[in-house]
Amino acid sequence: MSAISIEKESLASIMQKETTEVSKVKPANDAVMEIPTELIKKPGKLAQQTRVFFQWLLPPVFGILLLLTVWTVIAQQSHNLPGPVSTWNSAVEVFSHPFYRNGPNDQGIGWNILASLERVALGFSLAALVGIPMGFIIGRFQFMSRMAAPIISLLRPVSPLAWLPIGLLVFKAANPAAIWVIFISAIWPMIINTAVGVSKVPEDYMNVAKVLNLSEWKIVSKILFPFVLPYMMTGVRLSIGVAWLVIVAAEMLTGGVGIGFWVWDEWNNLNVEHIIIAIFIVGIVGLLLEQGLIAVARRFSYE
Amino acid sequence: MMEKILQEKYVQLEHVNMTFQTKKGTFEALRDVNFSIREGEFISIIGHSGCGKSTVLNLIAGLLTPTDGLLFCNGREIAGPGPERAVVFQNHSLLPWLTCAENVHLAVERVFGNTDSKIQLHERTHAALELVGLSHAAEKRPNEISGGMKQRVGIARALAMEPKVLLLDEPFGALDALTRANLQDELMGIMAKSGSTAVMVTHDVDEAVLLSDRIVMMTNGPAATIGEILPVELPRPRKRLQLAENAEYNHLRAEVLKFLYERHAKKAA
Repeated sequence: MSAISIEKESLASIMQKETTEVSKVKPANDAVMEIPTELIKKPGKLAQQTRVFFQWLLPPVFGILLLLTVWTVIAQQSHNLPGPVSTWNSAVEVFSHPFYRNGPNDQGIGWNILASLERVALGFSLAALVGIPMGFIIGRFQFMSRMAAPIISLLRPVSPLAWLPIGLLVFKAANPAAIWVIFISAIWPMIINTAVGVSKVPEDYMNVAKVLNLSEWKIVSKILFPFVLPYMMTGVRLSIGVAWLVIVAAEMLTGGVGIGFWVWDEWNNLNVEHIIIAIFIVGIVGLLLEQGLIAVARRFSYE
Repeated sequence: MMEKILQEKYVQLEHVNMTFQTKKGTFEALRDVNFSIREGEFISIIGHSGCGKSTVLNLIAGLLTPTDGLLFCNGREIAGPGPERAVVFQNHSLLPWLTCAENVHLAVERVFGNTDSKIQLHERTHAALELVGLSHAAEKRPNEISGGMKQRVGIARALAMEPKVLLLDEPFGALDALTRANLQDELMGIMAKSGSTAVMVTHDVDEAVLLSDRIVMMTNGPAATIGEILPVELPRPRKRLQLAENAEYNHLRAEVLKFLYERHAKKAA
C-alpha cells in the first residue's frame, strides 16, 4: 500500500519539476530548443524517476543490511548463535516441507502458524464481539462509564499470562485457556478506543439527533457508528498486535501445536536456527496482520 | 376566538429564567424574558455576544429547559426538542459521512417516514435541495462543497421537515459578506413562499433589519433580558439595493445601532 502511494507522490513531484525546468529553459533558447526539449524531456524524466525510486528504496535496504551485519559479527564471536547464512539454509529446509505431520508433537511449520492464527482469530473475534458493544455502551452512558472505570483500571495493567492459570482452572484444557488469554488481553484497547470515540462525538451531531428525535438505533447507525469507526479501527489494530504478541508466550506454556510451542520445542532440541526463524515468522505475520487491518480501516473511512 | 389568540401568540415565552451551573458557580444567563411571536412572523434576536440570545433559541428548540418560566408553541408547552421546531445550526452540523441528499433524507424520513411512500420521501428530499438551488450537489459529501453550500443544505434539511417554526442560530455568521448577502436574499424568497414562522439569532444589524418583521434587542448579560422590541414595517418583497437609500430602513438601522452601542454598549473585555 505504502509503496504505491509514495510512488504516486514522487511522480507528482517529478511532473512539477519537469514543467518548471522547461519553463525556465524555454524563454532563453526559444527557437533552438524547439525539437531538443522533446528529446531531453524523456531521458530526464526516466533518470529522475529511477533516482526517486532508489532514494525511496535505499534506506530500508541499508537498515536490513545493518541488522544482518551486526548479527553476523555477534554470531562470529559466539559459538552457539548461528549466523544469517546457516539460518537461511535452515529456513529453506523448514519451508520446503511446511505441511508434514509426524505425530502430535512434530508437525510442519505451516501447521504451527495456522494453529496460532486460529487461536488468535478466535480469541480476538470474541474480544471484538464483547469489547466493541461494551465500548459503545460505556461511551454513551455516563453511569456505565463511571461504573466500568474502576474495573478497567484494575484489570487492564495485569500481565496477560497471569490470566492463564485462571483459564486452565475454569476450562480444564490448554487450548481454551490460550484463547481466553488472547481474549482478555485483546479486549481492553477495543473497549477503551471505542468508548473514547463515542465520547468525542461532537455536541452538534447529537443536537441534530435531538431536534430530529432520532431513535436510538438511528443515532447509533447514522451518527455514532460512522463517527466512531476510525477510533474503533485503532483499537482493533492495537488489539490484534497484542493478541499476536501474547499468543507466542501463551503457547510456550500450554504446549500443543503453534508457533510459540514450536519455539519452546526447538529450544529443548537446542536448534537455535529454528528459534531465529520463528522470531522472523512472528514479526512478519504480525506485520501482515496489522497492514491488513490498516487497509481495511482505510476502506471504511469516510474521509 | 381561541384560534385568533393562538395565531397572535404562536410561540410564547413567559417569565423565562435560565441559570447554568458552572465550575465557578451559578451563572444567571436570562432573567424574566417575555415575548410572543405571531404565526408567520420573522423575528430576529440581536445583542452583543454572551447576552444569551442563543440560549433563548435553544430554549425554544427544546435543547435546554428553563430554570423557571414557561414556553409554549402552538398552545402546547415545549417539553423537548422536536421536528416541528427545526434548527439551522450555526456551523451547519451536516453529517460528513452522508451525502447532501442523505443528510436531508435523514430528516425527511424521520418526519414523514410513517405517512409517505419511499418515492414521496425521495421527492421531498430533492424538492428541498432544489429550493436552495443545490440539486446538482445532491450526491456530494459536505467536505466537497463550499461553506455557503453547506449552510444551504442545513437550511434545506430544516425546511424539508416542514416545521411550524424555523429556528436559525446565526446561520450566516461564518460566511463571507457576499455569500451571506446571497443567502439572505434566498432565505427571504424561501420564507415568502413557505410563510412559516422563523426566529433568527444574529449579531448583524443589516441582516436583522432586512429580514425581520420585528427585532428583539437584548440587554447585556449576565441576567440578560429583552431591552426593546423594534417593529420593522418595511413593505415586502424587500430589495437590498432599494433599501440602502430608504429613509425608514436607515432609521431602523440607526435605532438598532443606538440600542447596541449607546444604551447597551459592551465594555471591552
